[in-house]
Amino acid sequence: MIKRSQAKRYGSLGAIALLSAYLVVASPHPALAMHISEGFLPLGWAVGWWLVFLPFLAWGLWALRQQIQQQPESTLLIALAGAYAFVLSSLKIPSVTGSSSHPMGIALGAVLFRPPLMTVLGTLVLLFQALLLAHGGLTTLGANGFSMAVVGPWVAGLTYWGMSRATTKPAIAIFSAALISNLATYSVTSLQLALAFPDSMGGVATAFAKFAALFAVTQIPLAISEGLLTVLVWNWLTTYCTAELQTLKLLPRGESNE
Amino acid sequence: MNKKTVAFLLGGAILLSTLPLLLVKGDFEGADAQAEALISEVAPDFEPWAEPLFEPPSAEVESLLFALQAALGAGVMGFILGQYRERHRQKAAAASKSQQS
Repeated sequence: MIKRSQAKRYGSLGAIALLSAYLVVASPHPALAMHISEGFLPLGWAVGWWLVFLPFLAWGLWALRQQIQQQPESTLLIALAGAYAFVLSSLKIPSVTGSSSHPMGIALGAVLFRPPLMTVLGTLVLLFQALLLAHGGLTTLGANGFSMAVVGPWVAGLTYWGMSRATTKPAIAIFSAALISNLATYSVTSLQLALAFPDSMGGVATAFAKFAALFAVTQIPLAISEGLLTVLVWNWLTTYCTAELQTLKLLPRGESNE
Repeated sequence: MNKKTVAFLLGGAILLSTLPLLLVKGDFEGADAQAEALISEVAPDFEPWAEPLFEPPSAEVESLLFALQAALGAGVMGFILGQYRERHRQKAAAASKSQQS
């Protein structure tokens, strides 16, 4: 747990408030969501992304079976990671650009159970939203799945491993993992759109800049929020689930925060 | 996990989502629609070639389904966290008992 003086804490809250206020003044743009809507990718791209995505999904299903077979007691935690992604991706949070978008909650499970397993849970969330909420879609599930359920978890996992080595502070590592995976997902979505719809003048790069500019500012405060919430759940787990986290090799044996 | 940390983390998340509401004049519409608008700007000839199988017939039904998604997730989370907390409490109680005897 990070131990900081109260003054510092108020300082960082103030900094967040200032940053928000600054961003507000720095001119609103409409934003991009993390879903490419149904039918909004040309056929070739839609099929192509499906083909890229399917092997990862198969890997994820295999990883999920392995995890449940080898550590049946971790099933509850898997459900928790899935539920967390469900809750977070249903929250449409208003952002500084005057539009709304939502976080994903993918990082928690990616850190707990490695990225492949999270591919399955992320896909479930996407399916729910595609089928019931007309949010995303089946034709674009390959592309959306790749950005949110493949790149998101992998970036989260790699960030967590890297940061926990660099800082030895799990809270900072978790925060960065959630924040960076959120931004990475949106970058991939922008790239997918740019590849499918290159700008007539400037090609893919210009189109990417256009799509990315739409979401960058919107997504930053959301990514920070997601980081804060994920740290909250993480702290809770380290307090009450020490045994499970030790089994998953996320906490050193013999150390407990009783 | 002390109270201050919880307050800081929750407070930060709440501030980040409410400040824009208070300070920005916008309609806070969902972003998918805006992405669609941008696509038609970049590629004016593109026609979406598939329709969602099911679209919530109204904003109310849509918000119902979103609430359902959040409630399902939150319910499962609450149940699991409660389970772990109770187990933790019982372990602690058992540990303190064995120390006393």
